[in-house]
Amino acid sequence: MRHQDIPLDTVLDIYTRVLRIRRFEEEVGRLFRQGQLPGFVHLYIGEEAVAAGVCAALTVDDTIISTHRGHGHVIAKGGDIKRMMAELFGKATGYCKGKGGSMHIADFDIGMLGAIGIVGGGLPIAVGAGLSAWYTGSDRVSVCFFGDGAANEGSFHESLNLASTLTLPVVFVCENNQYGEFTPAANAMNITDIADRAAGYGIPGVVADGADAFEMYRVATAAVERARGGDGPTLIEAKTHRRGSHAEGEEAFLGGQTYRDEAETAAAQAKDPLRLLHTYVSENNLLPADLLETLDFETTQLVAEAVEAARNSPDPEIESLYEDLWV
Amino acid sequence: MPRRTYVAAIQEALTEEMRRDSRVFLIGEDVRIGVFPSTRGLHAEFGDKRVIDTPISELAVAGAGIGAAVTGLRPIVDLMFGTFLYLAFDQIANQAGAMRFMYGGQTQAPLVFMVQNGAGSSAGHHHSQAVHQFFMNMPQIKVILPSSPYDGKGLLKSAIRDDNPVLFLHSLSLGGKRGDVPPDEYLIPIGVADVKRAGSDVTICAAGPTVYTALDAAATLAAEGVDAEVIDLRSLSPWDKGTVLDSVARTGRFVAVDESFPTCSAASEWAATVAQEAFYQLKAPVQRVTNKDVPMPFSPVLEKAVLPSATDVIKAVRLTLA
Ligand SMILES: Cc1ncc(C[n+]2csc(CCOP(=O)(O)OP(=O)(O)O)c2C)c(N)n1
Ligand SMILES: [Mg+2]
Repeated sequence: MRHQDIPLDTVLDIYTRVLRIRRFEEEVGRLFRQGQLPGFVHLYIGEEAVAAGVCAALTVDDTIISTHRGHGHVIAKGGDIKRMMAELFGKATGYCKGKGGSMHIADFDIGMLGAIGIVGGGLPIAVGAGLSAWYTGSDRVSVCFFGDGAANEGSFHESLNLASTLTLPVVFVCENNQYGEFTPAANAMNITDIADRAAGYGIPGVVADGADAFEMYRVATAAVERARGGDGPTLIEAKTHRRGSHAEGEEAFLGGQTYRDEAETAAAQAKDPLRLLHTYVSENNLLPADLLETLDFETTQLVAEAVEAARNSPDPEIESLYEDLWV
Repeated sequence: MPRRTYVAAIQEALTEEMRRDSRVFLIGEDVRIGVFPSTRGLHAEFGDKRVIDTPISELAVAGAGIGAAVTGLRPIVDLMFGTFLYLAFDQIANQAGAMRFMYGGQTQAPLVFMVQNGAGSSAGHHHSQAVHQFFMNMPQIKVILPSSPYDGKGLLKSAIRDDNPVLFLHSLSLGGKRGDVPPDEYLIPIGVADVKRAGSDVTICAAGPTVYTALDAAATLAAEGVDAEVIDLRSLSPWDKGTVLDSVARTGRFVAVDESFPTCSAASEWAATVAQEAFYQLKAPVQRVTNKDVPMPFSPVLEKAVLPSATDVIKAVRLTLA
C-alpha cells in the first residue's frame, strides 16, 4: 500500500467508509443468524475496500449501480444506515418502504440508482446513466459494480460494447471475489484476468488489488477522469475475496458440502482490507489511535441505533401496495 | 408407502431417468452442489459429463440445451429461479417452441427447463415471481406446475420422456412438503388434472401452491355447508379442460385460483374457457383469484397480502353463491 498521492482527509474518508461497511455487515450477519431478517442477505465483508475506494473518487452527482451484494455500495456512496437497516427488516421506514429488501436498496438522492438481484442486470442500466450524462452534456460519471459471475452474462458483452461504441462516461467495476455462488471463477471462464476482456471492446482494462483501498481509489480516480474527460469507459477488475458465505445461512442449507479451498481462503483472509488499512494508517502515523478508536465506537453506536430504530418501526400498511404504481 | 419431500421426489425422478437413458443429462448453475437440493447427489453418481455446472449465462445454457436436443440428446436445463428464464426468453420463445413447426416437421427439441416458480421466501421482486403464465402463452411449450411430491416425480419423469420442450416448475414454498411416493416406477401423463376434493356446489381450479389455498378455503366452506370441488390442474399447457368443464356442468359455479399477476394470468385462460364453453351451465359469473396487480414486495406482511389467500377464495366463492 502507499498513500503519498492521497490527501489526508481522503485517507480518513476512505477509512471511515470501509469501517462503516464492516460494522454494518457484521451486525446484519448477526441479525440474520438470530432469525431477525426476512429473505436472503449477501454480505460484503472482505470486499469493503473496493466500494470505499471507488466511491471516494466520485462526487455526489456521479451515479452507481449495485448488485445482490449491495449493502457496501450504498454505504460507500453515503447512504443512510438507518434507512438501510429498516429496509432489511422490511419496515415502512426503510429506503424502499419495505418493498425492496436487501437486494433492492436504492437512494436516488445520492446517485445510488439501485441494487439489482438479477446477476448482470445492472450493466445495461449503468450504460444508460452514462448515456444520459452524455446526452445532457453533464459531466456526471456512471459507475457499475458487478461480480466475476456477472462478467459471464450476455449483458456484460452488450453493455461494454455499447458503452465503448458510444464513448460513454461509464466505469465498469468488476468485483472478482473468485466465486459465483459455489462455482470458482476458474471453472466459469478460461482466463485469469477479466480485465483482459477490455481489449475486445478497445477500452482500458485495469487489474487492481481489491484489498487495498488506496489502490482502488487511485485506479478509480484515473478511470473517472478519463470518463469525465469524454474518453469513454474503463473496465476495472478488483481482485477481492468474499470472507463468508455466498448468502448467509448457507452452511445449514449446504448440508455439509464444502466448495472452497481452505488454503486459498486462509491466504485471502490474511489480506483483510480493514486490518490492512488500520495497520497502514497506524504505522505511518496518518490517523491517531484515539481517533480510530472513537470512529469505531461511533460507528458501532450508529449501527446499534439503526437496529433499534428498525425494530421499533412499523411494518408497511397493506394499502402501501397500491402506492408507487404507474401514474 | 415411503414418504418423501417434494425435493427428494424430484431428485428421485432425475436419478431414475438418468439411469434409464444415457442421453439424459443435467446442466445449469451450481447443479452439482444443488442450489435447490433436488439436484444434490447426482454428480456423485453420474459424474462431470452428465451433471454439468455452467457459468452464469442463462441464454447460452438454455440455447445449448436446445442445440443438444435437436442433435439427439435429452437435456434437463436447470435455470434456478423462474425469473432467470427471462434472460433465456429468446431461446425458449423464438426457438425451442417453434422448431418442429417452423422447420416443417424436420426436427424436435425434447428438453426440460426446470425452475423454481413463485413467491414465499420474502426475497423481493427479482426472486419471487410466478412465471408460468408467460409460457402458457407460447405455442408448443408444455408447462407443468405440480403441487405434491407424488405428482412432481411422476410428471417430471413424463417431461423427460416427452418429445417436446417442457417447462417443469417447482415451488420453493412446497420444497419441504412431504407426501406418499410409491416405491415402484410410475408416470403421470402431462395434461391430466387431479380432483383433490369432490364437491357439488362450486368448482375451484388451482395449480401448485394455490391447490393448498383452495383446499383450505374448501374446508372452511364445508363448515358453512358449501361443498366445493377442488381441481389440481398439475399441467398448465396443455391443460385438462374436460375435467374442469365436466365439473362445472355439475356445480354451475367456477372460481380460478392462480399465483400470477391478474392480466393474462393462468386464471384468465381457465375462466375465459369456462365462460365460453360452459356459459349455459353457469349459475353465476366466473371468478378469478390471483396475485394483486403489483410487483412482488419484500416485506413478509406485504408479500402475504399480494398472494392469493384462502380468504380471497372464500369471498370469490360467496360471490358465485350470492
Ligand atoms: C440472472 C441470474 N442468474 C442467477 C442468479 C443467482 N445468483 C445470485 S448471486 C449469484 C452469483 C453471482 O456471482 P458474482 O457475479 O460473482 O457475484 P458475487 O455473489 O460473487 O458477489 C448467482 C448465480 C441471479 N440472481 N440472477
Ligand atoms: Mg463473485
